Amino acid sequence: MKAARFAYERPKSLRQAVERLGDGGGFVKLLAGGQTLGPMLNLRLVQPDLLIDVTKLSETTGWSEEAGAILIGACVTHAMIEDGKVPDPTGGILPRVAAGIAYRAVRNRGTIGGSLAHADPAADWLSALAALGAEVVLVGRSAERRVPVAELSTGVFSTVIAEDEVLRAVRIPRLSRHARWGYYKFWRKTGDFAEAIGAALHDPEREAFRLVIGATNGAPLVLDGAALGVSGSALPERIDMAAIGRALDAHGFADDDYGKAVHLVAARRAIERARRT
Amino acid sequence: MSDRSTISLTVNGEPVTAEVEPRQHLADFLREKLLLTGTHLGCEHGVCGACTLMIDGAPARSCITLAVACDGAAVRTIEDFDDDPVMAELRAAFSAEHALQCGYCTPGMLMTARDIVTRLPEADAARIRVELSGNLCRCTGYVGIVNAIQRVLKARAGNPSGA
Repeated sequence: MKAARFAYERPKSLRQAVERLGDGGGFVKLLAGGQTLGPMLNLRLVQPDLLIDVTKLSETTGWSEEAGAILIGACVTHAMIEDGKVPDPTGGILPRVAAGIAYRAVRNRGTIGGSLAHADPAADWLSALAALGAEVVLVGRSAERRVPVAELSTGVFSTVIAEDEVLRAVRIPRLSRHARWGYYKFWRKTGDFAEAIGAALHDPEREAFRLVIGATNGAPLVLDGAALGVSGSALPERIDMAAIGRALDAHGFADDDYGKAVHLVAARRAIERARRT
Repeated sequence: MSDRSTISLTVNGEPVTAEVEPRQHLADFLREKLLLTGTHLGCEHGVCGACTLMIDGAPARSCITLAVACDGAAVRTIEDFDDDPVMAELRAAFSAEHALQCGYCTPGMLMTARDIVTRLPEADAARIRVELSGNLCRCTGYVGIVNAIQRVLKARAGNPSGA
């Protein structure tokens, strides 16, 4: 239960971190809170040559506002979001999701960007922020680009982030006051990773409807209103659950009756919660 | 790549400068280098909560926090809470409510309990259980621990000045 040897560096700026990543030289991991990487190091599931600690950089720990959105630094902790210490453009959704992540001692150090970059399918932010229409800001050596969280993950622990890119911030759009949200997490024990996640957003002023089903065996399943026959400003009385079931089949659940059932329940309950808010 | 780094931090109010291997976690650093063995190690992968202590005023898991990443931090272990009024109330309540048997989880339990008392003064039994979900106890069944925390919260609610 002790980590294998590695070297550790704490760069003074994000630029330095990006340059160091680009230098190559073995297996390099970024440390952005370490609440998942820490256990994985101790269990020797991951054995990097070098850890680059970006947790305390000024570029990753602040927040800023831009037209219609808040940019939250990648290394803002879950606890800061839970406690409302960063602006919340979602009318209370972000603090509630944050409060459901693991345990307070973990939330005090775990970060929003670290969680997204790690891309555990069962983690909360990946599904919740995909449903909220958030984007990540990725910084490379020559350019910065933005990727929707819905398109960030390519599979279990896999993302479109290049080896020499750093996730600097998360851009979260401001919801309209008519937005309705439902989130349902199926778990065996408080604080445990989810077995199934449903996240539903209905914001008639911005976009009709988005449903995300998470804690799958790969990237979250993202379904927009068109896929489910939802359009216009009202959430219909009946959502086509059979269509969601077919999408789950195509997403790896065709031979997994139990998995499909719990994910369908999570989706249905998320939609019901969105309808009730 | 050097295989050792020098860190400076405060531990229980005292400045400490030491050489550490980057792979050493904070709990091992405290226990083996500083001989502060009040911090207990259970699972060593962030699940059991026995190693919970305070970093910069907030509870954290010392088994999944690298010592090298604590350069500049203020760390407080259970040994630093002898004169802490909240912890004194919790110790008395843990004793009165039989909130420990073997004592292995107790340093981490007290850290989390203190966080509940100071951060969530309105917490009811259900909320206390949610907040305690990251600290495992294999002796008590938690009833005594929940009762002990409730006892302190009730006493403080009846005496807000803490005097």
